[in-house]
Amino acid sequence: MGIPRALLYYYYYPMWKVFFESLGQRVITSGETTKAVVDAGIQVTVDEACLPVKVFHGHALSLAGKCDYIFVPRLVAVERGAFTCPKFMGLPDMVRCNCKNVPKIIDSCINLSRTTREYIRAVYSTGRLFGNRALDILIAHNKARAALGRFVRCVESGLTPDEAMAAMGLTVSGDEPARRATAAAKSPDRSAGPRRAVVGLVGHPYIIYDPFVSMNIIRRLRGMGVTVVTADMLPLAVTEREAARFPKRVFWTLGRRLLGAGFHFLRSGSVDGCLHVSAFACGPDSLIGELLEREYARYKNVPFTTITVDEHTGEAGVMTRVEAFVDVITRRRRV
Amino acid sequence: MKVTFARMGNLHIAVKAILQDLGVEVVVPPAPSKRTLTLGSRYSPEFACLPLKVNIGNYIEAMELGADTIAMAGGVGPCRFGLYGEVQREILKALGYDFEMIIVEPPQGRLRHVLGQLGRLVGRQPVARYVRAARLAWAKIKAVDELEKLVMRVRAFEKQKGAATAAFTSALKLVDSAESIAQVASALEEGKERLLAARGEVCPDAPRIGIVGEVYVVLEPFVNCEVERHLGEMGVLVDRSIYLGEWIAEHLFKDVLRLRKGHRPYELARPYLCHFVGGHGVETVGSTVGYSMRKFDGVIQLAPFTCMPEIVAQDVLPAVSKDLGIPVMTLVFDEHSSDTGIITRLEAFVDLVQRSRRTRRTKGW
Repeated sequence: MGIPRALLYYYYYPMWKVFFESLGQRVITSGETTKAVVDAGIQVTVDEACLPVKVFHGHALSLAGKCDYIFVPRLVAVERGAFTCPKFMGLPDMVRCNCKNVPKIIDSCINLSRTTREYIRAVYSTGRLFGNRALDILIAHNKARAALGRFVRCVESGLTPDEAMAAMGLTVSGDEPARRATAAAKSPDRSAGPRRAVVGLVGHPYIIYDPFVSMNIIRRLRGMGVTVVTADMLPLAVTEREAARFPKRVFWTLGRRLLGAGFHFLRSGSVDGCLHVSAFACGPDSLIGELLEREYARYKNVPFTTITVDEHTGEAGVMTRVEAFVDVITRRRRV
Repeated sequence: MKVTFARMGNLHIAVKAILQDLGVEVVVPPAPSKRTLTLGSRYSPEFACLPLKVNIGNYIEAMELGADTIAMAGGVGPCRFGLYGEVQREILKALGYDFEMIIVEPPQGRLRHVLGQLGRLVGRQPVARYVRAARLAWAKIKAVDELEKLVMRVRAFEKQKGAATAAFTSALKLVDSAESIAQVASALEEGKERLLAARGEVCPDAPRIGIVGEVYVVLEPFVNCEVERHLGEMGVLVDRSIYLGEWIAEHLFKDVLRLRKGHRPYELARPYLCHFVGGHGVETVGSTVGYSMRKFDGVIQLAPFTCMPEIVAQDVLPAVSKDLGIPVMTLVFDEHSSDTGIITRLEAFVDLVQRSRRTRRTKGW
């Protein structure tokens, strides 16, 4: 079973891996995002697609010939009354239409927007593909959910998903990103001394945690002596509570999380600055980013900036802006 | 209270009819122009889709004409439209406008809730009056749809360039000014006569092109650089996958009653896109398959830049085009689109369509 290292891999990989392994499958992931992976993705998708979707196609292609199945779930809704992005809903269809020669696509349809019945049916039919009994599937699912729970707690303790996966021992040994993540997890930046500058990093997980797409932004910020807090490191209850300040419930699960995190960073004063990283032409971010920008402009006490990445983004340009931003917050702290 | 709303194609004729019939003072925003778009894109988020920007321009121009209340529809996603109202309110408030915004959220099975929100707009009124207003508006929508279908059949064969469009514009005015259902009917007859008078010799062999895509861009000629008119004037018979009446029936009635299952475009799209993706993504794919079955010569997809559902559709359309052998072109619109650029691409596409027709015929497909 191959799982592309892109999009919601950063949220659900532990769950998927444990589920399929409990059902007796061997799970592999695609390698780290590279220029070649991105280029392969760009080749097969339309120009208008966003960078993360192109990257996903690249990862799917890179799995060709390495596995018998490739897991591309159709994540319609992961909670009641909210959706993911429309592109996730059409993802299996896009991969099927655009990528020839990829292994058989398993496109379990996860839709929790109205009832849990559809979800149960999707989990069951996915399990049945490997001929397992209902009880085995149930056990596998429960193990998977438990793994996801542990993973979420790990991330909430301040680790990035890659570090959390390494800490849980979920990654294959010899895996370069895993090795680096383990090293980072062992030497956390919570050293003693004067309080370090804290930056709230707001962005979709598949952008900020992908070292290639985000130009290594987390590692570089840490390298500048900054502590990074992302939306996923905040407890869900906090982001939900903050997002509820907005007059209308935001109907994108990820969008609401980012909005809540942004509001929390602004109100709690727990960060020195908020950095919003978005993919070029990202639909939800075009509105969520705007709302955050307006809210920050209204209070004027926490610096806020947006960085947009796409397949043409140069590392130097992004780093200049990040450095300038860190300079601004360090100076403000001194004042 | 002077109420305004966002324009979309000829929807304003119906909205105006319904509100005026209920005794509300209405300010119809001026037809979108370069200025509307400039105002809209100046104050809107850069990557927001085009309808949001044009809406902002509509509101500003309507408020300059004295409007103080904005009526807007809401939504529950996953398309961005559902958050338009909230974001637009933020933008306009920050610009210092003084207005009230009434966002009518979709009912989700609670019709009383919607009536309550509408009540804020029109005050307490007996149900019979709602019904009367709705019937008048519906009659107007049907009349407009009929005229739109007719003008596309006339324009390809018009006597002199622009005659069909001129007749159509005057016919729309007649429908707009009608005050009762009987008047709408006679306006429709009069309009049809004017249109038919503009038609010259009918060529039975004109190429046929179907238009699919995102509803706003398809219905609003200013935003799509008048694709339909340009194609018609090139002698192409144009058919559209969405008309106002069908769109309203689809969204206001069927969605509420959950009649979506077995919806034809969904069935047709199944081999390529088998799950709804918000907006009109699935309809775009399904209608393209439908046009191919009806032996159309080509399909043009219209979408606003960054529209998420249409990007998904656009991504699978090449596969549809290849499988079914029907030429498909996508036109993406934003505030930088220009007539000239679009016309060039349309001319090229019509050329291609004509040529593929000839090959198909000689090969005896």
